[in-house]
Amino acid sequence: MAISPETKKIDVQQIIEQSYQKNQWRRNGEKVIPVLLFLIASITVCTTIGIIYILISESIHFFKEVSFLEFFTGTVLKPLSSNPSFGVLPLLMGTFTSTLIAMFVALPIGLMSAIYLSEYAPAKIRRVCKPLLEVLAGIPTIVYGFFAFTLVTPLLKNIIPGLEATNILSPGIVMGIMIIPMIASLSEDAMNAVPFSMREGALAMGATKLEVVIKIVIPSALSGIIASIVLAISRAIGETMIVTIASGSTKNFSFDVTKSMQTMTAYIVEVTGGDAPAGSTIYYSLYAVAMTLFVFTLLMNLIARFISKKWKAQYE
Amino acid sequence: MKHIEKRMNIRIVLNKIAKIVFLLATSFGIVVLGVLLYKVFSDGLSWINTGFLTNKLSTSPEKAGILGPILGTVWLMLVVAPVTMIIGVGTAIYLELYTKKGIIRSLIQTNIANLAGVPSIVYGILGMTVFVRGLQLGNIVLAGGLTMALLILPISIVASQEAIRAVPPHLSEASFGMGATKWQTIRNVILPSALPSILTGAILSLSRAIGETAPLIVIGIPAFLISLPSSIFDKFTVLPVQIYYWTLDSTMVREYANLAAATIIVLLVLLLGLNLTAILIRNKFQKTYQ
Repeated sequence: MAISPETKKIDVQQIIEQSYQKNQWRRNGEKVIPVLLFLIASITVCTTIGIIYILISESIHFFKEVSFLEFFTGTVLKPLSSNPSFGVLPLLMGTFTSTLIAMFVALPIGLMSAIYLSEYAPAKIRRVCKPLLEVLAGIPTIVYGFFAFTLVTPLLKNIIPGLEATNILSPGIVMGIMIIPMIASLSEDAMNAVPFSMREGALAMGATKLEVVIKIVIPSALSGIIASIVLAISRAIGETMIVTIASGSTKNFSFDVTKSMQTMTAYIVEVTGGDAPAGSTIYYSLYAVAMTLFVFTLLMNLIARFISKKWKAQYE
Repeated sequence: MKHIEKRMNIRIVLNKIAKIVFLLATSFGIVVLGVLLYKVFSDGLSWINTGFLTNKLSTSPEKAGILGPILGTVWLMLVVAPVTMIIGVGTAIYLELYTKKGIIRSLIQTNIANLAGVPSIVYGILGMTVFVRGLQLGNIVLAGGLTMALLILPISIVASQEAIRAVPPHLSEASFGMGATKWQTIRNVILPSALPSILTGAILSLSRAIGETAPLIVIGIPAFLISLPSSIFDKFTVLPVQIYYWTLDSTMVREYANLAAATIIVLLVLLLGLNLTAILIRNKFQKTYQ
C-alpha cells in the first residue's frame, strides 16, 4: 500500500511537536537544576563568610572596650575579677606549650613510623599496622581526654611528684599520640611518591637502606613531610577536648609544664559553658580569642598548602 | 682494606639498629592504642548492663543510665545525615559535572579545603551565634544538628566528589548517546553507580560527627539533662558530651569515671559498627563492579 509522502511528513512533525510540548517542563527543569545546585554549592562559601563576619563583627565590640594593644600584649587574664583584665598571652602560652609538647611526641614517632611503613616494613606488617594506626586516628578526642585525665596524669605523677592534678604536660603528650597517625600517614604518602628509580640508583651504588632514607627519600619527600608537620601543628592548636579536661582553667603565663595552663580552645569552652551574659565584655572576649585561633590555624593551613603545591611537581 | 671493611660493618649495623628503632616507633602508637582500650574496658565493662543502657541519667552512679545521650545521638544524626547528604552530594555534583575548570570552581574548592582545617570549636561558635542566638532556636537538636552538618560538610563533599569522579565515563557517554539529558544521565546513571561510595563517605563523616564534642558544648548542651528528647525541637545531650561531664566530675564521685568509661565503650562500639558498615558497602561495591 502506498502512503503519500505528504501525510507522513505531517505525522512526523506532529509527533515532534507533541513530544516537544510534553518535554517542555523537563527542559525547563534542566535549566533550573544548575541554578539550584549552584545555590547548594554556595552554602560552603556562605559558611566561610559567616565565620569570618561573626568573628570580626563581634570582636569589634570587644576591642571597643579593651584596646588591641592590651589584648595582644597583656600577660594577665582575669575576666571574672572586679577589675578585669584581658590579656591573651596566657592563653597563647598555653596553646603554644601544649602544641610544643605534642610535637615533641608526634614528630619523631610519626616520622619514624612513616619511614618504617614506607621503606622497611614487609607487606604483611604494613597490612596490620596501617589499619591499626587508622583506628588510633578515628578515636574521638573526648576519649583521649579521658585517657589523659584518668591514666596518663596519675602515671606521670609517679615520675614527677610535683605534678598538679590538672597540668599541661599530660594533655600535651596525649595530643601528640593523637597526632602520630596524621604525621605518619601524610609523610608516608609523600615518601611513597618518591620514584623507585632514585632509591634503586642509590642502592646500586652500595648505600644501605638507612642511607637511602636519609640522603634520598627524606630530602625528596621533604615538602610533603613539612606540609604534614604544619598541618599537625594546626590540628594541635585547634584541639579542644583533651586540654579542656586535663589541663584545667588556670590562666598561667609561665613555662611550667607541671602546672595547669589554659589554651585558647579551653577558654572558649569555659566561657560558653559558664553562661556568660550576651553583651558583656567576657562574652565578646570569646570572639576575640576565637578569631586569634582562627587566624593561627588558617595561616598554618595556607602555609601547608603553599609548601606542598610549590614543590610538588619536582619529581614528576 | 681492613679500614673499608670496618666502615662497612658500622654502616650495616647502623642500618639494623635504625630498622629496630623505626619498628619500635611504629609499635608505640599501637601499644598506646592497646593500653587505652585496656584502660577503658577494665574501668567500664562491668558497668554495662541493660539498666545502664535503658535508664535515664541520675546523680547516683548505680541508677544512672545513658538512654538520654543515646537517643540524643540518634536524633542528632537524623538531622545531620539528610542535611549533609543533600548539601554534600549537591555541591559535589555541581563541582564535578556542572562547572568547568575556572575561577568559580577553584574558589569553591579552595574554600572547602580551608573549611576542613577550621577547628571544630569555631564551628561551635558559628552555631551558637547563628542558630542558637540569631535564629532563637535555643540549644535544641536542630541547632546542634545544623552546626554538626556544617562541620562535616567538607569531608562529605570531598568523598562525594571522589565517588562521582570514579564513575567510568563510558557509562555517562552511553546515556548521552541514547538521547538522555544531562540531569537524566546524572539521576539514572551517575548517581546510582556512585551511590555505594557516596554512602561509604557519608557514614565515615557521620562517625566524625558522632564523636565530636567541642561544638556541642559551645552551643550550650546542659551538663545534666534527665528528660529524653522526642523531636528535633527538644533539648538534648549526646554520648561524648556525657563522657565529658562525667570525666570532669569524677574528681568528686569516683564512680563517674567508670560511667564515663562505660559510655566510651558504647560510643566506640557504635563507631566500630558504622565503620564496619562502610567497609562492607565498599567491599560489596568493589566486587560487583569488576
